[in-house]
Amino acid sequence: MKLGIVVNEGPYQHQASDSAYLFAKAAIEKGHEVWRVFFYHDGVNNASKLTEPPQDDRHIVNRWTKLAEDHKVDLVVCVAAALRRGIKEENLAQGFRISGLGQLVEAGIKCDRVVTFGD
Amino acid sequence: MSDAKKFMFVNRKAPYGTIYALESLEVVLITAAFDQDVSLAFLDDGVYQLKKGQQTKGIETKNFSPAYRALEDYDIEKLYVEKEAMDARGLTEDDFLVPVTVLSRAEMGKLMDEQDVVLSF
Amino acid sequence: MLHIINQSPLNSSTLDSCLNTATGGEILLIEDAVYAATRGNAAEAKLRAAMGKFKVYVLTPDLDARGLGDRVVEGVSSVDYGGFVDLVSNSKNCQSWL
Repeated sequence: MKLGIVVNEGPYQHQASDSAYLFAKAAIEKGHEVWRVFFYHDGVNNASKLTEPPQDDRHIVNRWTKLAEDHKVDLVVCVAAALRRGIKEENLAQGFRISGLGQLVEAGIKCDRVVTFGD
Repeated sequence: MSDAKKFMFVNRKAPYGTIYALESLEVVLITAAFDQDVSLAFLDDGVYQLKKGQQTKGIETKNFSPAYRALEDYDIEKLYVEKEAMDARGLTEDDFLVPVTVLSRAEMGKLMDEQDVVLSF
Repeated sequence: MLHIINQSPLNSSTLDSCLNTATGGEILLIEDAVYAATRGNAAEAKLRAAMGKFKVYVLTPDLDARGLGDRVVEGVSSVDYGGFVDLVSNSKNCQSWL
């Protein structure tokens, strides 16, 4: 099954990004395709390559990057939400791309299910 | 368009206190360009988004409520308000910026079941 | 329809809204909503009453993280993330009550 995921909260502040990641990983393990993860609202902060958590904590941003690399997951950051919050190409982590809200609508059209994680 | 999907945007949050209402509206406007079957549902504090007479000068924030009036120009005409939520907030249809369809909880629940994609922010 | 809830029932009206509005189907409690599925929580009676209309699931890793893995209300089914994925794929549609 083709799955879309929406992440509406930033990393560390809220569990949403962790839940979304663990859901995505489990879906891939079960043979589903995670077609796109769309980061919206404060969720765009998941794409900041300036993120430096303490060494004994999970690295949420790098975890997404690795998922994208290992499983060709399309990580899309909403441009309007990103610009509002200072996320730009110059501080965008690897594996993410910045694009428009149309990418979210497209995920709704193309995917069999869309699951939203937020506050 | 026969292969259009049914998209529902569920709004349960009040405007200004958080950005969700504004950014939800931005998605709705974009969705209109994709020729899908779009409806908006207002539940709980989400009904406050539609309140007439929003004056945001004092909080130095953009008043985005006029955009709800623009929805019609984008052929988005399915705006549903849950009656119980409206009543609980002392509001009536006359308080809203735009014409809406008022549904009971049961009717709203049924409508949700019929959707292909439900997005809530 | 699968209804996903992530807020504590004592801190937010989200669970109430879902129970009042949704016509039935499955409810999955994740994140802080897992407290609703624990014995002795003030929401227990409400959740039990809803079980006629909904099949209720709780995400075990979230429950365990909060130290309440041994206190699940009878009749609530425990799932891991794989079970979460199955619930999504087996339901016609889903909705997160944010």
